[in-house]
Amino acid sequence: MDYGTLRGLFALLILALFIIIVVWSYSKKRKSSFDKIANSIFEEKDVKKDNQQNKDSDLKTDSKQETK
Amino acid sequence: MTTSNTSAVDYNFDVVRQFTVMTVIWGVVGTLVGVLIAAQLIWPALNFDTPWLTYSRLRPLHTNAVIFAFGASALFATSYYVVQRTCQTRLFGGKLAAFTFWGWQAVIVSAVVSLPLGYTSSKEYAELEWPIDILIAVVWVSYAIVFFGTLIKRKTSHIYVANWFFGGFIITVAMLHIVNSMVIPISAMKSYSIYPGAIDAMVQWWYGHNAVGFLLTAGFLGMMYYFVPKQAERPVYSYRLSIVHFWALISLYIWAGPHHLHYTALPDWAQSVGMVMSIVLFLPSWGGMINGIMTLSGAWHKLRHDPILRFLIVSLSFYGMSTFEGPMMAIKSVNALSHYTDWTVGHVHSGALGWVAMVSIGAVYHLIPVLFNQGRMFSVRLINVHFWLHTTGVVLYIVAMWISGVMQGLMWRAVNSDGTLTYSFVESLTASYPFYFIRFVGGVFVVAGFVLMAYNMFKTIGAKDGSLKPIETAA
Repeated sequence: MDYGTLRGLFALLILALFIIIVVWSYSKKRKSSFDKIANSIFEEKDVKKDNQQNKDSDLKTDSKQETK
Repeated sequence: MTTSNTSAVDYNFDVVRQFTVMTVIWGVVGTLVGVLIAAQLIWPALNFDTPWLTYSRLRPLHTNAVIFAFGASALFATSYYVVQRTCQTRLFGGKLAAFTFWGWQAVIVSAVVSLPLGYTSSKEYAELEWPIDILIAVVWVSYAIVFFGTLIKRKTSHIYVANWFFGGFIITVAMLHIVNSMVIPISAMKSYSIYPGAIDAMVQWWYGHNAVGFLLTAGFLGMMYYFVPKQAERPVYSYRLSIVHFWALISLYIWAGPHHLHYTALPDWAQSVGMVMSIVLFLPSWGGMINGIMTLSGAWHKLRHDPILRFLIVSLSFYGMSTFEGPMMAIKSVNALSHYTDWTVGHVHSGALGWVAMVSIGAVYHLIPVLFNQGRMFSVRLINVHFWLHTTGVVLYIVAMWISGVMQGLMWRAVNSDGTLTYSFVESLTASYPFYFIRFVGGVFVVAGFVLMAYNMFKTIGAKDGSLKPIETAA
């Protein structure tokens, strides 16, 4: 097989791959799981803080209101 | 000892904080150097007859500072943050993460010292000499270990799309940097490329354009896919589109480099490949832009109250604009007019100041309160002022460069009936001066915005924990 044919076949392979990716990602079956993933960024775990910081913020939260 | 919340994760935010603060500082420094060299083009005396301050040495310092100091710091900060939050686990690597911070700052400081001294490999966006290149490679591989190590130990079953873009960007930049930095050192600070002639040029622009495509695009798209939905408080418009967007973008970008070498010694077929691939690239670029902007569909009113969201959404508008302009400029006949003129400079800055800087600024404004235990930034009004300063600056800059660039292109190609050139080069330069001044003014606006941002950042960090409460808006 000469180089030109090989490159042509490679281009077809890439095209097929692309079509597979599109069909796969737009299939009805995947919709609900993708929706879940898209929303996953809103279900974040809390940030663990060390005790010192927690106490600090508890004490000082109300001491100073926002500056305009 | 904290047993109250067992599901809380002990995130490594130290390294994120460090990179976030440095992003803002390098933003001020990088744009300030840019304004200085913009001023030198109008008033050449501003180099004070000092070799270290000449345009030729400061220009690479400006590009390195904004791309690798400001841009890459923003990417380190946001990728380390996003990968931890979306994988719900602490950053992998411990001290290695800290090493990437100090190592990367060492790279930047070496650039700040070596470029004004005149050490350069003379490859655009890859000017740093070989010992610094080795340090970059070591830091970058460590970055990859930290990032992918975190992905491997994730607590979630899926890998959120932002991480795909960050991951693609990290791998590709490592490959580009290592291949393009292949040199034979002849002394401690001087080396020659192992590639000859046109091959060297092609390797350089394969690197150069993909620095744009992966560092300045894919990485920042990762930022976009997390921070736009987060700030808008709604999921991304289409997760399916984001998957097609990712694979289409990364498989196409890598071929676009030859458009930097139209009408050169590069073989014609390679130039044509570069042109065609650049035009096709328009599709995934706009797919991504639409996906980002449409995330706001049904919630456009949020733009009225939230200057951070405004930064993010306007950045996408600039992204759409420059990714339309880019493919157009890659067409050989258009390139014949635009190449070597200020049009290119305008195009780069609509991407760099409009897209890259604005999406980073938005992300950093979102991040700072989270990282420093506050409900919001010190002053939301100042964010708004920053937004208008920056937007005005960018518009002044790119409009001036468009006019100047097209004018230069037309003047350079004008010929008299006997075939001689109508204008000398100096005549085109003289005609450009008013536009250089407008560009300088635009740059001053951008720097002023960054200075406000730094002030706002330090006031937020300095405020007592939790003292800044989020402002409720009537939804």
